[in-house]
Amino acid sequence: MAGPMKMRATAQGGTTEVRVLMTHPMTTAQSGQPLHFIQNVTVKQNGKTVIEAEISQAVSRNPVFSFRLKGGAKGDKIEVSWLDNKGESNTIETAVA
Amino acid sequence: MTRFFGTIVILGLTAIPAAAQDTKKEIQKYQQMIAEGSPVELFELEGETLWKKPQGPHNVSLEKCDLGQGAGVLKGAYARLPRYFKDADRVMDLETRLLHCMTTLQGRSRDEATKRVFGNENQPSEMEYLSAYIAGQSRGVKLAAGHTHPKEKAAYELGKALFFHRAGGWDMSCASCHGEDNKRIRMQELPVLHKPQAARPIMATWPAYRVSNSQFKTMQWRINDCYRQMRYPEPKFASEATIALITYLTVTAAGEPYRGPGTKR
Amino acid sequence: MTRRSLLAFLGLLLAKPLSVLAAWNEQAFGAKTAPDALKGIGASAAAPSKDIVIEAPQIAENGAVVPIEISSNVPGTTAIAVVIEKNPFPLAGRFEFKEGALPFVKLNVKMGETSDVRVVAFAGGKQFSATREIKVTIGGCGG
Repeated sequence: MAGPMKMRATAQGGTTEVRVLMTHPMTTAQSGQPLHFIQNVTVKQNGKTVIEAEISQAVSRNPVFSFRLKGGAKGDKIEVSWLDNKGESNTIETAVA
Repeated sequence: MTRFFGTIVILGLTAIPAAAQDTKKEIQKYQQMIAEGSPVELFELEGETLWKKPQGPHNVSLEKCDLGQGAGVLKGAYARLPRYFKDADRVMDLETRLLHCMTTLQGRSRDEATKRVFGNENQPSEMEYLSAYIAGQSRGVKLAAGHTHPKEKAAYELGKALFFHRAGGWDMSCASCHGEDNKRIRMQELPVLHKPQAARPIMATWPAYRVSNSQFKTMQWRINDCYRQMRYPEPKFASEATIALITYLTVTAAGEPYRGPGTKR
Repeated sequence: MTRRSLLAFLGLLLAKPLSVLAAWNEQAFGAKTAPDALKGIGASAAAPSKDIVIEAPQIAENGAVVPIEISSNVPGTTAIAVVIEKNPFPLAGRFEFKEGALPFVKLNVKMGETSDVRVVAFAGGKQFSATREIKVTIGGCGG
């Protein structure tokens, strides 16, 4: 089972700042352990996909991302999900504060 | 010709201290950026879950644990530790007090509760998660470890004595590294911890997530590891010596607003 | 098709449903040199641009977590990629910004050693790039 995620989305001056924390080992090939890392991250604003990312094992353990969205008002729904190379996934949804 | 070379030498000499200052500034920028983009709050979340989880023979959670501000009161509790606790008749730091609650409230044995106090990157320890959560509840609260009760004063004096006492395999004390200005190990500047000015930002950011090994580390671990690095025998978890040192350092840092669990190299 | 083979077939389909739908540029991410990684994402001809803003420390106390904040002021930026030249697999990520998102990202990356970090911005069918050197140090003991 995937570890916890945390997210904060705040509307300020015409943009929405999103900061999302993900629990994930992001194990690399160098470690000698089986490769286990997030490959895809998707950001949705009110159900619409606004960011799609492909990332590698070069992203640090327990990834933290900051994104910026256009506009956005208090109460807007932001959803971030990830999918890793083993097919595991997790999602978090937060309302813009 | 000589005048030309003279100018070059002067420029070279002035460049050296400037470069050292730039390095310090860039490292501070690194420290600031990793703190802003830190996963440390994930450990606080897990800690909250553990705090509320019924465990032990009594099958109760830690929610009624008194960390010094009343049963179950978390706000500001960490910032006011270590302190004297009447029910145990001793000075206790956070982890010692948690151990106390695990044994008295939850009925767990000391052996079981301390079996794995320091975790690793794949599995942090219960103490580490709980410390993250509880420390996070003291954000913004000024550090105010107990310093009025006779036992609190004794702990401070013992901690101070230990700080300067040379022993161990290499005849070192804490002060060997943390006792003089302008010392560093590789690129890390060594804070002079017996001075409030240096102790304050340090004590305001422990426990902390260490990016170099992706682990969340507590003050009990920090003391333990310093002793290891000085080639001392391993101190016992929640021992009088470790509590005394933590007391000494926290009192030295008194008044500093606690910033929450830190993020460090 | 027998019932057993149909179930097996369906089992195969359901085993990794999300990964079938999510694309991941195996070739680019598997590239072992920066030029190959850039080729893999179609950015071999990226032109230098001052409109890509990279905010990062010049010195990282530890290579396990190197914070990088990227903003592209190239008009019409639809994607940003991060290539760490000296890493064993240089391509660290590619972020696609659809309608509603700003071409901005802050992330933490692993760096094996001091290296140039190259940021590529994709805009209007063209590619632009900027680099920044980040020094990685081996720390001392302590915290």
